[in-house]
Amino acid sequence: MDNLIDILDLSVEEIDELVEKAKDIINNPDAYREKCRYKKLATLFFEPSTRTRLSFESAMLDLGGYVIGFSGANNSSAAKGESVADTVRTVGCYADIIAMRHPKEGAPLVASMHAGIPVINAGDGGHNHPTQTLTDLLTINMEKGRFTDMTIGLCGDLKFGRTVHSLIEAMSRYAGIRFVFISPKELKLPSYVVDDYLVKNNIPYEETTDLMSALPGLDILYMTRVQRERFFNEEDYIRLKDSYILTREKLSVARPDLTVMHPLPRVNEISVDVDDDDRAAYFKQVRYGKFIRMALILKMLGIE
Amino acid sequence: MNIDGITNGLVIDHIEAGKGMELYNALHLGDLNSSVALIKNVSSHKMGKKDIIKVDEVLDVDLEVLGFIDPNITVNIIKDNLIVGKKHIELPKKVTNLIKCKNPRCITSTEQELPHIFKLTDPKTRTYRCIYCESKAKEN
Repeated sequence: MDNLIDILDLSVEEIDELVEKAKDIINNPDAYREKCRYKKLATLFFEPSTRTRLSFESAMLDLGGYVIGFSGANNSSAAKGESVADTVRTVGCYADIIAMRHPKEGAPLVASMHAGIPVINAGDGGHNHPTQTLTDLLTINMEKGRFTDMTIGLCGDLKFGRTVHSLIEAMSRYAGIRFVFISPKELKLPSYVVDDYLVKNNIPYEETTDLMSALPGLDILYMTRVQRERFFNEEDYIRLKDSYILTREKLSVARPDLTVMHPLPRVNEISVDVDDDDRAAYFKQVRYGKFIRMALILKMLGIE
Repeated sequence: MNIDGITNGLVIDHIEAGKGMELYNALHLGDLNSSVALIKNVSSHKMGKKDIIKVDEVLDVDLEVLGFIDPNITVNIIKDNLIVGKKHIELPKKVTNLIKCKNPRCITSTEQELPHIFKLTDPKTRTYRCIYCESKAKEN
């Protein structure tokens, strides 16, 4: 694999291989401490991020490699008007692999055409964020022990949430998956996602506006943030942001083996009293994110 | 209305009525020194009305451009008053710099030197998507 721009660049077999590798890293971290010795990861973050950048950097450090880069376009020559192509040509002279976040859609693809070294898309605007999806997949596999035969509820902003669309794409490729989409009418899943992945692959799904009635049937509940930056209108944001808040009390109707996930950051859609419930997996998800990125870096550098 | 036949050149036929000018511009026929005729609203059995372009010179036309504008167009090559060849037009798999991506969030909106490349993603609906941001090409 040369680059990872879109989760669909990976076959089901390659995803399974990455998940197995990540699990091996979790079980035998010492065996991987020197794997990337003398290798450099460049994290090119043209917009801010907490988790994704630190996760990539700690992944590389835990593999014994080095990290260079910048966080924020103002700290790079992009502020002087340098193009993405020229920036990555330069970085390609210093580093062995690039993880790039950019506010413009398609920027990592442009980077992959010019860098001469592998490029990982660490998020391009509202477009793709494949390592978040890999993180979600590892979390599901670690918590459930399988990818097949489960009911996955997705709640909140299903219209603009890129992680939701990618997760649906990725999970649609496994057998026995059923989806329940829980959102206000204004933030429903776009019809092209329904048509392209669910109808086309004959995957059962239901849409509801009621979190409480959906909760008892779920194996996984994937919560999302209603993002202010996706709205054109402040009034709509304020009206809808509190629509679907998960509390400990609501969780009482859910199964004991439910897994609650969230790509983070959260605002208030999961109240903090849920955090110490055994079913809350969103901070474990953050931890898994580092391990899957370690597996990915190894695969892209061709290191066993 | 009569336009003389051509001895050596091209006849681009079965152009959807009204699209002749778009094709004329896309193929840069205005830059040629030879005679060019753009005939609009010609009656046609098959199409009702159609446009035709005649060029008094054998050119290497960009079939990608033709296919993108309309894959039903036909191109006849005329030599010594005879049709010596027909070009088959297909929907191109990819078009470069023929249309612009209009998504303001696309990287092409800020990096002016990038080529605007669209890929055919659904031949049935003739859907093209920007290779960078995957937005659909808007009907012009």
